[in-house]
Amino acid sequence: MTDIVLNVSGASKRFGGVQALSDVGITIRSGEVVGLIGPNGAGKTTFFNVITGLYSPDAGSFELDGKPYKPNAVHEVAKAGIARTFQNIRLFPEMTALENVMVGRHLRTHSGLFGAVFRTPRFKNEERVIEGRARELLDYVGIARYAEYKARTLSYGDQRRLEIARALATEPKLMALDEPAAGMNATEKVVLRELIDRIRKDGRTILLIEHDVKLVMGLCDRVTVLDYGKPIAEGSPYDVQRNEKVIEAYLGAGHKAH
Amino acid sequence: MDMSVNKNKLAWFLFAAFLLLVVPAVAQYAGNFWVRIIDFALLYVLLALGLNIVVGYAGLLDLGYIAFYAVGAYTFGLLASPHLTDVFPTIKALFPNGLHTPIWLAIPLGALLAGMAGALLGAPTLKLRGDYLAIVTLGFGEIIRVFLNNLDAPVNITNGPKGLLQIDSFKLPLLGFDFGKPGTLLGLDVSPVTKYYFLFLAIVVFSVMICYRLERSRIGRAWMAIREDEVAAKAMGINTRNMKLLAFAMGATFGGVSGVLFSTFQRFISPESFALQESVMVVAMVVLGGIGHIPGVILGALLLAALPEVLRWVSGELDLQSVTGGRLDAAILRQLLIALAMIAIMLARPRGLWPSPEHGKAAPTPAS
Repeated sequence: MTDIVLNVSGASKRFGGVQALSDVGITIRSGEVVGLIGPNGAGKTTFFNVITGLYSPDAGSFELDGKPYKPNAVHEVAKAGIARTFQNIRLFPEMTALENVMVGRHLRTHSGLFGAVFRTPRFKNEERVIEGRARELLDYVGIARYAEYKARTLSYGDQRRLEIARALATEPKLMALDEPAAGMNATEKVVLRELIDRIRKDGRTILLIEHDVKLVMGLCDRVTVLDYGKPIAEGSPYDVQRNEKVIEAYLGAGHKAH
Repeated sequence: MDMSVNKNKLAWFLFAAFLLLVVPAVAQYAGNFWVRIIDFALLYVLLALGLNIVVGYAGLLDLGYIAFYAVGAYTFGLLASPHLTDVFPTIKALFPNGLHTPIWLAIPLGALLAGMAGALLGAPTLKLRGDYLAIVTLGFGEIIRVFLNNLDAPVNITNGPKGLLQIDSFKLPLLGFDFGKPGTLLGLDVSPVTKYYFLFLAIVVFSVMICYRLERSRIGRAWMAIREDEVAAKAMGINTRNMKLLAFAMGATFGGVSGVLFSTFQRFISPESFALQESVMVVAMVVLGGIGHIPGVILGALLLAALPEVLRWVSGELDLQSVTGGRLDAAILRQLLIALAMIAIMLARPRGLWPSPEHGKAAPTPAS
């Protein structure tokens, strides 16, 4: 059973009069890349925010790595093992790239006030390990040379990669990427795709929200399609592309007339 | 190359140390009045360093910071003055020789109480940000002052607006050392204010070290992450609630220590010393000097604490009051010039006089 990394069923969320999510479920197995697609306003990001604890769900059961978890507090979810990136990049702009990734290690390290003030050997050792790991990750995503630059001075594509490095630093069981390719040019998308591919090959499990159909179809093992807060299709990218309901959701009902 | 940089640093360090040692001697020559001003400036440096943890690192605008200074000051004031024994016969019976809490106990106690007050006042404000947080903390600061002002009835605890008198000076009885009495060193007369100068200097240096170490630690990074983007910080697994409380408590601790020192130095405290104006001044010191950057914060505190006194002296020397027919005196000039200085600095150097150095200012070339 530990083969299943994330198992969500019956997730629902209502904002006033809008039922943003109703009865959405998803199952992600270890090592998979699962895509979550749907037209604008379908509830993709809401679903993301629900499973990562940013919004508290009205209903639903949530299991991570075989253990139930409550998506009530964002930092708890991060601790449980879901790391996310944001649709509109959210770095710590005035901190250096290196510091950004070092913050990602916060969760898996322990030194407190006492260690910091008295610079205990344990503290020093932990700091060294944190920095070493952060530099490794910067190198892994290919921006090691910008380690000492402030995050806001990096190019858009590099900021994306920095965000991914920061998420990796938390040692997640599941990486949740919210539209990583948004706003990228063609070259940047190719680089990003290679990076995600590499992360997958290194054994990480990935949930991907994406608008770029080409990217989703190329990367994902399975795809779930949302429309008006409901799952309308699930399957391999190939099947989903040919699903009547999906085509209808994207192109409108009039499409059938042809 | 590295060696010469290190040598350069060492030379600067020695020069600064020499300067800091000589300053009181020169000032004492000009008059103890000037040393006293420098002493107060050092207390403000301590306050500004503490507030910098809250405002500069964690990005929480606190306009009631002076309340923690008050907590520290009243902690020592009450525990080392005749007030409590005069009012309560039971305490008098317990301490027939009067309450004289030793300073080595009072400083940690003041720090602890202020830290607890910081966490307590921080707790209800955790969901507030920016302007809203500023308003609420401003209110808290005032509440403490109003309490101190009115807790003379029905039971006289704080002696109200009359304040506390005859507070003990800074004494280390085991070493036979009293900062309140003049002494001699190598045949030179050393006035109490000069003694306090070295005491405060040592504490400031120690505090700078603590701040510096906090800044470069897991905790410091977590604070800065919260300042930069709270949601992203949470997504990195940072418990923002605890970290914010820790920042409030840690900042307040500095305020508490500073307060204890203030009351032992001044030997008289009243609620008047802890008005909103003071909170605003400390915020101004942090912002003006360079928010989040320790040398900048120190510079801001020294400037804003010493400048008014210098102006007072200048206007006295020029006899402004009679020259302008009473329309312009030291106090008015002071406010005028400080306001002008603030406007000028905010226009010319919006990130403060001595902001943290800009890493990687030149945008790196896009990755291929």
